[in-house]
Amino acid sequence: MPTQSYADALVDALHDSLADDDRVSLIGSYVLGLGPQRHLMDRIRKDFPDRIVDPPTAEAGAAATGIGAAMAGMRPFVDLGTGSFSFLAWSQIVNEAAVSCYMSNGRIPVPVTFHLLHGVRGGGAAQHSHSPQSMLCNAPGLEIAVPATAADVYGLVRTAFASANPTVIVSHAKLLGIESPVPAEKQPIPFGTADVKRKGGDVTIVANSLMVHYSLAAAAELASEGIDAEIVDLRTIAPLDERTILNSVARTGRLVVVDECPLRCGIASEVAGTVAEHGFDLLKAPIQRVTRAHVPVPYSAALEAAVTPDAAKIAAAARRTIGARR
Amino acid sequence: MSRPLPDDLAWTLLDRMLLIRRFEEAVLRLSNEKQFIGHYHLYIGQEATGVAVMSLLDARDRVATTHRNHGHVLARGADPGRAMAEILGRTTGLNGGRGGTLHLSEPDLGFLSTSGIVGGCISLGVGGGYACRQRGDGAVSAVFFGDGALEEGVSFEALNIASLWHLPVLFICENNSTGSWAPGAGYPTLVHASSDLCSIAKSVNIATMRVDGADASAVHAAAGDAIALCRAGKGPVFIEAVTRRWPGSNPLWPEPATGTTDMRMASGEVAPSGEHADWLEHHDPVLRLGRRLASGSPDAVARLASLDQTTRTRIDAAVAFALQSPLPAVETALDHVFA
Repeated sequence: MPTQSYADALVDALHDSLADDDRVSLIGSYVLGLGPQRHLMDRIRKDFPDRIVDPPTAEAGAAATGIGAAMAGMRPFVDLGTGSFSFLAWSQIVNEAAVSCYMSNGRIPVPVTFHLLHGVRGGGAAQHSHSPQSMLCNAPGLEIAVPATAADVYGLVRTAFASANPTVIVSHAKLLGIESPVPAEKQPIPFGTADVKRKGGDVTIVANSLMVHYSLAAAAELASEGIDAEIVDLRTIAPLDERTILNSVARTGRLVVVDECPLRCGIASEVAGTVAEHGFDLLKAPIQRVTRAHVPVPYSAALEAAVTPDAAKIAAAARRTIGARR
Repeated sequence: MSRPLPDDLAWTLLDRMLLIRRFEEAVLRLSNEKQFIGHYHLYIGQEATGVAVMSLLDARDRVATTHRNHGHVLARGADPGRAMAEILGRTTGLNGGRGGTLHLSEPDLGFLSTSGIVGGCISLGVGGGYACRQRGDGAVSAVFFGDGALEEGVSFEALNIASLWHLPVLFICENNSTGSWAPGAGYPTLVHASSDLCSIAKSVNIATMRVDGADASAVHAAAGDAIALCRAGKGPVFIEAVTRRWPGSNPLWPEPATGTTDMRMASGEVAPSGEHADWLEHHDPVLRLGRRLASGSPDAVARLASLDQTTRTRIDAAVAFALQSPLPAVETALDHVFA
């Protein structure tokens, strides 16, 4: 199977969506940040010069422009840049886009797509390293995708444009250059379908976004010790595919949840709570959460690594579930 | 800039303005009867602005409004019964009772979502203008907001984006903060370092006009010019429509400060009196337009009385419809989170 970078597949999805639907436009063209992949956007600028605009430094205004246009029937894609900037548009995302459909009795859907680069990107310090997606999960009305691979980002972005709901595509800044296998014809991927990225019978590791890759690395390490981990990639956190999670835990009896959001009230807590509530009898050991420490992200590389999940921390958590006895 | 309205058009506008006035008086009454809970905002004193602007918009045009939306929704032609049912939280309401007084919205009439967050609608309206321009059909997006909205940061972002991209957006700032009352006694008046709201729009190169928002003719003339500019690709345009705040909107909760509007004050049969005689004499937009049309002609006086009677009957029917409508079934509480 050929491979493609996450960034290239994301650009493919934008390009195909622009080509398919005249209502699609891009508000903000620095979708790939300021790194080496940014030139991949050039083919969109060349092919759709009238449908890509760069707003002033005005996240709230740009978000609302997309939301208002979506309320008027268009299909805008609003790039908010670094996820930490989404807080400047919080009112627009969580208190306009997310509530409009419900507040209007279903009469005013908001088919806007937001994109943001989340995560500990390296040297971003506290104000440029956020993963706002767990906070966004507390806003009913949003669909939130957290892809990890080229095929998945393509498929989820295509589905976001087709959705009548406000969607947030959350890309980890460190995913952009990662190559992964892609089929000859990439396909849309329905929201709410988690994907088992590695089959295994001893422990379930639920992850999303960049953490899927770290979890796969942890699984390779565990395999050398005779521990066979199953990796469940959530792909979307709203909706959450509870069935695939519970089915996996039913096979393994052990659960590690990995997420880069801070510990408290995060996605790991939500998954753990779901399994505790609906799958308590399936568990042979206490659930382990591996998340970013509940602190602002420090600048110094040594401290940054200390508070961020990695393969070694994931493997250690998996070993704890194996060692534990219930 | 005021050009006198032709009488036929003036009567049409008065009809709609009086409908809003009687509707709002009914809302106030129903609130005092505890028929609905929660805070609300009335459009009394500003009817001329909404009605005159809406009379110039086409079906294709978009509208964004605020917590003070009742008048805008009715001015655009929404059904008063369904509007009242929404305020009463009934299933027949414009939004099934899920939105309520702060969020009346009629998408079939071009309304974007009605935001109850101060400043929220300005930026949504800019999005409406972006959609109009993308479609290229000459439509405009009309955004109504109060003077307080310009205290919010997102309003600046929205004005800047609209100007940079030459979007067909008509900003209608309804400045109802003029007048005098004891500080701290009720709703805050304008809290802005600039006393010239147009200067905020001018600072990002938006053309501005200031009009008497209680003068239907003046608003009609200004908005007509502004909409023509927007349709010609010369937008956006910012109109500050200045009104003297209705005394009933000064307290934190609306009060029937001027009672039920007596249209005989327009025909001259009754003289304004009491604490708020000055407002009734000079600042009430409904009475002002009524005076112009009814003064001196027995036929016009009779027509005005007849119009008022018809309007009261319509509102009585709207209230009855709303009160008779069922509350939403609790099984539907989780519906419509997603489309």
